[in-house]
Amino acid sequence: MEVAKKITLNRRKVTAQVLRDRGEALFVTGLGSTTWDAAAAGDHPNNFYLWGGMGGATMTGLGLARAQPGRRVIVLTGDGEMLMGIGSLATIAVAKPGNLSVCVIDNQHYGETGMQETHTGHGVDLAGMASAAGFKQSMTVWTAEALEEAITLLYDAEGPVFIAVKVTTERVPMVLPIRDGTAIRARFRQAVLGDRAFD
Amino acid sequence: MVKQQQNNEQQSHWPLQIFETLKEAEISQISYVPDAGHAELIKFCDADNRIKTTRLTTEEEGVAMALGAWLGGERSALLMQSSGVGNCINMFSIIQETRSPMLILVTMRGEWGEFNPWQLPMGQGTAKSLEDAGLIVYRVETAEELGETIFAASQIAFNSYRAVAVLIGQRIIGFKDWRK
Repeated sequence: MEVAKKITLNRRKVTAQVLRDRGEALFVTGLGSTTWDAAAAGDHPNNFYLWGGMGGATMTGLGLARAQPGRRVIVLTGDGEMLMGIGSLATIAVAKPGNLSVCVIDNQHYGETGMQETHTGHGVDLAGMASAAGFKQSMTVWTAEALEEAITLLYDAEGPVFIAVKVTTERVPMVLPIRDGTAIRARFRQAVLGDRAFD
Repeated sequence: MVKQQQNNEQQSHWPLQIFETLKEAEISQISYVPDAGHAELIKFCDADNRIKTTRLTTEEEGVAMALGAWLGGERSALLMQSSGVGNCINMFSIIQETRSPMLILVTMRGEWGEFNPWQLPMGQGTAKSLEDAGLIVYRVETAEELGETIFAASQIAFNSYRAVAVLIGQRIIGFKDWRK
């Protein structure tokens, strides 16, 4: 079990920093705060925003990573969403996608339902679980310095990569991206596939 | 007697028939939670280097994966037993809301000649659950119809962008002999 440390990082600043040098990387964001975080950092056609399907973000990322082995795929999701799909850590570790990274923005709470605590504030170590499953890279980030190192891993390390970033629960303004699922899907596919998206 | 023998031959080849149909439909990703009924098909897929197979811990992972594959431009199919359908219900919403294609092949338990009563609640509710979730459902009760039905289902899925499930009857798979 990890020794509890002081949490100081702000989720919006962390997300903006992760997305800053995004290049050609494709992003899948999980229900719900990480979808708002990504929108706050700036809308982009290479963002696929999930507004539902709790527990499905990492596996959406795996399907995409296997279909697009030449592109880096980064899943941005929350600790509650990750816990609901926790078995996917085993599935992804065994599938060994070299181009897939998972970044959990971990505030140790369910942000959309009234800030109830999640297991991650009670000793459950997501990075430890990913590592035990067989992820190639895995770390928990508590500081700005460690975040720099983690971002390099997210983009450049041989996957699967797992990063949990501990963030505070301070309130942030609500920023919502487009929410029509067909529009999000069509826009993303066109960005990735060009005209082939409409075959 | 001769007829019986012919039936047995057709019965024994049906997993290969499904495999060939999936190739014809240009499926390049297969994910599955194993079922005895899909055992042969899984072996064929694992042995083919043009098909990427993914073993899942639970079936809803495969639903999310089908969306991801489609976002990346690939056609996929998801294999499961009827009990796994219940695990997927909420995850179907991401397929439906994005109007993405999905092809699920479900081997049935809890119906024809079932020995294990614990299979009945989900087996008897499988088709209704899928329909309530908005999927198009095809049932196949004879091995001869399998290839054609699965091909037709794949066309609806990937050309008309719909979620389709093909239920493969327990009558085709055969009785599980509990005396062995």
